[in-house]
Amino acid sequence: MVAGYNTISMGTGRKEFNPKKERPGLEEYMKEAGQAVLAKIGGAKNVDEGVIGNFIASRFNRQANMGAFFPYIDEGLRHKPAVRVEGACATGALALVTGIRSILAETADVVLVMGVEVQNTVKAIYCADYLAAAGWANERKDGHAYYFPGKFSDRAKVYYEKFGKEKTRMAMAKWFVNAIENARLCPTAQEYHNTSKDLNALGMIEPNGRNFVDSLNVFDCSKVSDGASAVAIVSEEGLKRCGIPKSQAVEIMGFAQAEEDITKAPDDFTVLSTTKFAVQKALENSGITKEQLATVECHDCFSIAGIMATEAIGFAEHGKGIDFVLEGHTARYGKIPFNTTGGLIGWGHPTGATGVHQAITIWEQLTGNAGNNQIEIHPERPYGLTVNMGGDDKSLVSIVYKRAE
Amino acid sequence: MSYTERLKNVSVLGAAGKMGSGILLLTALEMAEISMKPENKGTSFVLNAVDVSNEALVGLMKYIRNQVLKAAEKKVVQLRTIYADRADLIENSEIINQYIDDVMLLIRPSTNMEVTYNSTLIFEAIKEDPDLKAKIFSQINENNSYHPWFFTNTSSIPISELDKKAGLNGRVLGVHFYNPPAVQKLVEIIKAETTLPELNEFAVQFSKNLRKTIVPSHDFAGFIGNGHFMRDALYGISEAEKLNKEFSFAESVFMINKISQDYLIRPMGIFQLIDYVGIDVCSYIMSVMNPYLTDEDLHSNLLDKLLEIGVKGGQNSDGSQKDGFLKYEKGKPVAIYDINLKSYIDIASLQGNCDSKLGELPASIKPWKAVVGKPMDEYYKSYFTELKGMKTMGTEIAVNYFMRSKAISEKLVADKVAFSNEDVNTVLKTGFFHAYGPINDFMN
Repeated sequence: MVAGYNTISMGTGRKEFNPKKERPGLEEYMKEAGQAVLAKIGGAKNVDEGVIGNFIASRFNRQANMGAFFPYIDEGLRHKPAVRVEGACATGALALVTGIRSILAETADVVLVMGVEVQNTVKAIYCADYLAAAGWANERKDGHAYYFPGKFSDRAKVYYEKFGKEKTRMAMAKWFVNAIENARLCPTAQEYHNTSKDLNALGMIEPNGRNFVDSLNVFDCSKVSDGASAVAIVSEEGLKRCGIPKSQAVEIMGFAQAEEDITKAPDDFTVLSTTKFAVQKALENSGITKEQLATVECHDCFSIAGIMATEAIGFAEHGKGIDFVLEGHTARYGKIPFNTTGGLIGWGHPTGATGVHQAITIWEQLTGNAGNNQIEIHPERPYGLTVNMGGDDKSLVSIVYKRAE
Repeated sequence: MSYTERLKNVSVLGAAGKMGSGILLLTALEMAEISMKPENKGTSFVLNAVDVSNEALVGLMKYIRNQVLKAAEKKVVQLRTIYADRADLIENSEIINQYIDDVMLLIRPSTNMEVTYNSTLIFEAIKEDPDLKAKIFSQINENNSYHPWFFTNTSSIPISELDKKAGLNGRVLGVHFYNPPAVQKLVEIIKAETTLPELNEFAVQFSKNLRKTIVPSHDFAGFIGNGHFMRDALYGISEAEKLNKEFSFAESVFMINKISQDYLIRPMGIFQLIDYVGIDVCSYIMSVMNPYLTDEDLHSNLLDKLLEIGVKGGQNSDGSQKDGFLKYEKGKPVAIYDINLKSYIDIASLQGNCDSKLGELPASIKPWKAVVGKPMDEYYKSYFTELKGMKTMGTEIAVNYFMRSKAISEKLVADKVAFSNEDVNTVLKTGFFHAYGPINDFMN
């Protein structure tokens, strides 16, 4: 995998964001990200096929048939094959996996993979309606106005009851602080311009179920974002064709995909069991253990999901994720830095692009291209991991990466 | 008659006006809330929006729809519960649209006064004219067999006078919303001596349900809000006229406006506030209040002159500011009217000279935005002490202005217009967005 590019994650928090003014649409984001990658890989002529990940432009932008935007990005992509994939918030990583499968099947040597979502076309309250499609439609009526915050608020509530509310709230606040501090180092992050002085105090604000959900405050949540991320997935042959040295690429060591029944409630609200399964499988397929990981990009659509991910991956025992986070192990100078460009809460969550953005962050870190966000990669622990989740722990993709040799 | 019964048939007079439209909106939302309670299913509720102009009523309905949409978007969490049994309403957007429909169905726009004859509660927000108000009240009262209650939004006319003139036998109460009613937290409630206690009880409950801050005022022309504002405005005008002996008219207005805003840390300068309310409205309110004042003359020749020339201030129907003492671009003052030259002078051309004449600003000065709504008493003490210790032209005028505002306020309490110092401070803080109450010891 090479040549990643992220647009800005646009939305509230960015100085240039004004909800009343016209903003770039899907086309502009796709063009920016797509052309940037093409420029790095020697142009459209080197591309065999395209994959575009998009969750629900059919509602946000009244747009489907997304594959046909590749020729719009570059005329050189006319008549080349492309496909759009969808798996709610796991869409981005599904796009990656679709590209990886083409390479493994040897039907392509260079796949241009993109994720895009433009969600600020409607207010958050209507955004919640659209995003609710990631859950089971039959449950929408009884769900919360803010549907997914409601789902994870329910999880947080059970977690509070089992493992202590006070400490959990502190850990959620800490998660938020880490996210913003990392985002402040990354110019494309939605929270790059965040200047709040006392982040922890914001994170500690008591949730108010009258206006929002019972057990999460707004700082526990990723925001509404617009953005696109694109990357090239290439075989060794493809890498040569693009004229890029191996040192600038990461190798996909293994991946796993897993689905859970969308009509069923979780067995245990405090466990992300599908995440756990997918990560174990991805590590197994790669022949490594979690101890060999240098950094992780996890799916922190909500702070509580980030905390539960530390448990699902196995860094902390059940109920001890809060201690793990509070002890600073997931911070950028901690034992295992999580979400080094801010994650979904700090960098942003343009749903269909998120999985691709996660992969690009890992690619940047492992190839030494992470700029101010760069962390130290220890030679004994050279691997990166991404975890991309669709719905409430329903569609999972986990991928393991290592710098190419 | 219970609270709910009273709200079954309500009329708002002057519904398309600036104040009336806000009162209509708040009343519609409150009636919707009541009508959606399970025990009230099947009961009909009617809210008549009465105004003289059909065109204005069309604009009003658009405004109300937009405002109800905003309100619905804010409380959709609660609305999902209210519509829980409606299987056909699934998404937030569907629930919000249904709520808008339900609220709009309560409202009946009309130019016909007869629709009020079945109402049990009348909100009045027509022109500030005691005779006109009394005439309409009496007409409704004679034709309405329900002995309706009259809530007047007058900001200056004594309630007892309206009661007497219209023959309402105590069925009238001052319920003075501030502009714009949908946003402003303050409601002044004014009982005449004759007002029946149940009107007050209802109004207090109603205002609380709207989450308003209630300040009771004695029934004296102008009450607390205008009692302070009109005198404060006249003081500002007289200070500008004093300066006018040495400076041009535009310069004088600029300097007093700046002192009353920046030096006193208020949200806007006194001349901008007069423009906001309207020079015509200010002048009219003074003329309504003046006959009741024995020891002062509440009148300004300058305002009369401006009105003769046609300089009026006030707002356009879209809420944007009309030119008055100041000229506005995108809501910001850019020029000052010079009554002698009969034209606007750019602020940029006179600001430098004025600022240097006023002298240095106190070092610890902060903009209103930075202090409003925060507990800053220690800061005000140190700031106003610094201000008082400086001997520039600007600070000296500011000190006098500050003391005058305090004296006006204390007199309102002494004259038994306000019940307490705290009430005056609350009115200035909530009704006029002042950062601090005028009755304080910051300069002692």
